[in-house]
Amino acid sequence: MTTQPGDQPAQPSTSPRHGLRLFLIWLVLALAADLIIWFVWRPHLPPGDMSDAARHQQFDIAVLAISGAPVVIFVLLYFIYSIVVWRARPGDDTDGEPIYGNTKIQATWIIGTTVIVLWLFVFGTVELVVPAGAGAGEGPSPIWKLAGTTSSTWTPNTNTTLQVQVIGQQWTWTYRYPQFGGMESSELMLPVDTPVTFHVTSLDVIHSFWAYQLGVKADANPQVDNVAYVTPKTLGSVTVRCNELCGIWHGAMFNYGHVVSPTAFQTWASGVQAKEQSDGVLAALPPYALTYDPTVVPQLGKNLPKIDQITGAAGYYYPPSDPVTP
Amino acid sequence: MAIETHQDRVEPAGTGPPLGGPGGVLRPWWLRPGAHVGVIGAVVGYILGHLLGNFLSSTYAQNALSDSNDVPIVLGYAFGTIGWLAGLGVFNDLGRQVLGKPLLAEVRRGAGEVGLSKYFRYTLDHKVVGIQYLYGMIAYFLTGGLFAMAIRSELLSPSYHLLGPNQYLMVVGEHGTMMMMMMSSVILGPFGQYFGPLLIGSKRVAFPRLEALGFWLTPAAYVILLSAVLFGGFPTGWTGYEPLATQATQGEDAYFFAFGLMGLSMILAGFNMIVTIINYRAPGMRWSRLPMFVWSMFTVSFLQVLAVPVLVGACYMALMDRTFQTAFFANQLGGSSFLYEDLFWFFGHPEVYILALPGFGVVAEVIAVFCRKPLFGYKIAAAGMLGVGILSFFVWQHHLFVSGINPDMRPLFMLTTELISIPTGFIFLVAMGTFWKAKIRFSIPMLFALAFYFNFLIGGISGVFLSDVPADTTEHGSFFVMAHFHYTIMGGLIFAFFAGVYYWLPKMTGIKLNEKLGKLHFWTMFIFFNTTFLPLFALGLMGMPRRVFEYARNLETLNDWVSISAFCLGVSILIFLINFVLSMLFWREPEVGNPWRARSLEWQVSTPPPPENFNRVPVILSGPYDYGVKDALPVADLDPPPGVIAAAYAGAPGGEA
Repeated sequence: MTTQPGDQPAQPSTSPRHGLRLFLIWLVLALAADLIIWFVWRPHLPPGDMSDAARHQQFDIAVLAISGAPVVIFVLLYFIYSIVVWRARPGDDTDGEPIYGNTKIQATWIIGTTVIVLWLFVFGTVELVVPAGAGAGEGPSPIWKLAGTTSSTWTPNTNTTLQVQVIGQQWTWTYRYPQFGGMESSELMLPVDTPVTFHVTSLDVIHSFWAYQLGVKADANPQVDNVAYVTPKTLGSVTVRCNELCGIWHGAMFNYGHVVSPTAFQTWASGVQAKEQSDGVLAALPPYALTYDPTVVPQLGKNLPKIDQITGAAGYYYPPSDPVTP
Repeated sequence: MAIETHQDRVEPAGTGPPLGGPGGVLRPWWLRPGAHVGVIGAVVGYILGHLLGNFLSSTYAQNALSDSNDVPIVLGYAFGTIGWLAGLGVFNDLGRQVLGKPLLAEVRRGAGEVGLSKYFRYTLDHKVVGIQYLYGMIAYFLTGGLFAMAIRSELLSPSYHLLGPNQYLMVVGEHGTMMMMMMSSVILGPFGQYFGPLLIGSKRVAFPRLEALGFWLTPAAYVILLSAVLFGGFPTGWTGYEPLATQATQGEDAYFFAFGLMGLSMILAGFNMIVTIINYRAPGMRWSRLPMFVWSMFTVSFLQVLAVPVLVGACYMALMDRTFQTAFFANQLGGSSFLYEDLFWFFGHPEVYILALPGFGVVAEVIAVFCRKPLFGYKIAAAGMLGVGILSFFVWQHHLFVSGINPDMRPLFMLTTELISIPTGFIFLVAMGTFWKAKIRFSIPMLFALAFYFNFLIGGISGVFLSDVPADTTEHGSFFVMAHFHYTIMGGLIFAFFAGVYYWLPKMTGIKLNEKLGKLHFWTMFIFFNTTFLPLFALGLMGMPRRVFEYARNLETLNDWVSISAFCLGVSILIFLINFVLSMLFWREPEVGNPWRARSLEWQVSTPPPPENFNRVPVILSGPYDYGVKDALPVADLDPPPGVIAAAYAGAPGGEA
């Protein structure tokens, strides 16, 4: 771009080979951008590498970035180049060359964009299917499942899937562990290197469960069991936010979770289970189900002692809010 | 066939007594139907509707969470709207026809009238409607912009400090809905209505009453939407998701009613535009000579006619759920909240192209003129718009990638979404081809068009990240999405709108905007637009969801930067407003010729265009983009010899007109 375009535009014989020049500048810039994105930026791209799903998303974002950057650079470079080179000089009142089209260039462009699009489609599909939905909510009967044995009890280091039910309500999250007697916690605890199945549901309006560092996002719909898979890979804490507008305190609907070692998780979970057992909380909670209908929770109105300190939902489910129920 | 070929042809509707009664003298403006009577009608209608609602539903079970009944509110809005239209005189012709009376002889009411009062009445001239839309849209845009300023003020700090959570959601909902629903007509309204007929060589539009009705529904929708503020707003944002919407208080009624009303306006405008473009083209205006702006209007009109009824239906069902306690969207009662999401986005995705496509059309016109070159790949450009329009009906589930609806279909919707980038790429190819060896003039419209391509490029590429399901899992519903659609809609549509304002205002009013202030407006808007919205991509990726007033403390610096940029962006819009007011009211620098030396048809007639656009129906001789062609024919013969037009239609069925 530093080359002068020449001040005599009327002489086609001396006019520079714009196409070649553009191509060379583009090649250099695109290569540089892609190398920087891949080697410098990629390790820092969100959502990080705390789980398999997060790693796949990070990889995807990086691949999309190196696929998209050359396109952006080409278009921007072209516009900048044309603004500099083909601007009308002062006093030049003539029109441009009447070029109505160019079949070769048009065909190349169409084929090129189609190839990029099909590549992105194939890549995206593989990256969706292979990591079992890549952390996204897959509805009640997922077809891309995470490997792991299912069992009604969970013991550390056996590759047994840990089931966690995520219950959203205005404006709090509750986590329920059916393999530990259906005990509830307002804190998300997960064992590392263990396949986890989230069953996300809601008691009132639509929420969305976003465990940012884990790369998990699944809408919490009332009366729908939305399943998402993840395998935490490193220890650390997780931010959970509601990602779907759910009423006035939507912005305040967040809490934190922790990924701990399997034995520590076992100790914690059994401890909470025993405490809730002795406090009578477990007996007071509604029976474990994949979805909850707030209009038929049998315990409504019961006097539940000592629950406030232990459970996020405080054992209290919202009163029926649909218009027909008196 | 409705092509009008005789200059002095009298419409069958024009045989009645002249406007204003037997004396043939116009009654004074305040005795004729108009906006002032409409306001009275609206108030009376609202009161009647409210009383009727109370009467009908006095013993109705009320929503457990609402403090009063929704039926009177909705019926009040409905009757108020009818009263408003009645006061404007919308039903007068209908009434006369029902009674068997001849219509008043103001067939092209407003076309030749002088004075300002025609802008406040149900005027049937498309140029008057265009001007009405222009002022209306600017007002709606500024209102929505003020709400945006409030949002950014709240986000200056990571916890709530300025607005309460309820007020914050009210402001977010008003901003989003105002921009998404009212701005759907920001180009189609002013420029589409004004220049559509001019660009195809027609003296009028096909359905002037529908067109005028389309405009006069927008103030009603605007006022009703704003009235939600009186009820404390609505907590659902512009998407109105159920079941939150059923739980919400009466502000939600205003949201659904206003959105449905604006939907009707879009449908009417779309019908009129489609029929006008198909049937009212001048002889010689082949499809291959149609200006690109008309192509974009044509595509957008189909989107409006086909997609918006789904929205109107969804709003209707939601209102029924809220008032008469049906259960379309209540999961516990056999309804489905997924149904609302599906209906809304089946409209919602075409809607974003209803917003984007007119921009493609405007910039295509502008770059050809200021590159002094024919548009590169005319067919590709038209195909790109049609392709985007058609594909936009097959992508809506990408808004629901993590919702749990039909997850097995996600690869398909990923494919269709990514396929849209092919026709969108055509738009860029056309621009780049047109720039090749051009003679670029950097007028203000051209600067805005260039900025359009820059912004839309970023918006489009970020859309590719969102189309990929695994990457979308992190980006979905975050500020990344917010940045993406602001880049396509504000960076695309609104920049194109301003390109259109600077390009066409001299034609519409005979007055040109001040160039120095215009350049200042452009540069501040372009710079601060980007400094406002680029960091939002980062905020989204760092875990900030949309529509929250509380965010992580480490994001505060970036949010403050964005807020301050947003205020500067607001100042930039203020510069435009100052320029507009001063230029139009005080400086009034006349511009009567063809300042851009444009070839297209609207610049060939006098400024402002004569009452019926053309003295005789023109005969189109060549395409609108033949810049740089030696011995190019003029674009049209504006005064064809008698008989030419009759001969042109001699062979056509029904062409004996």
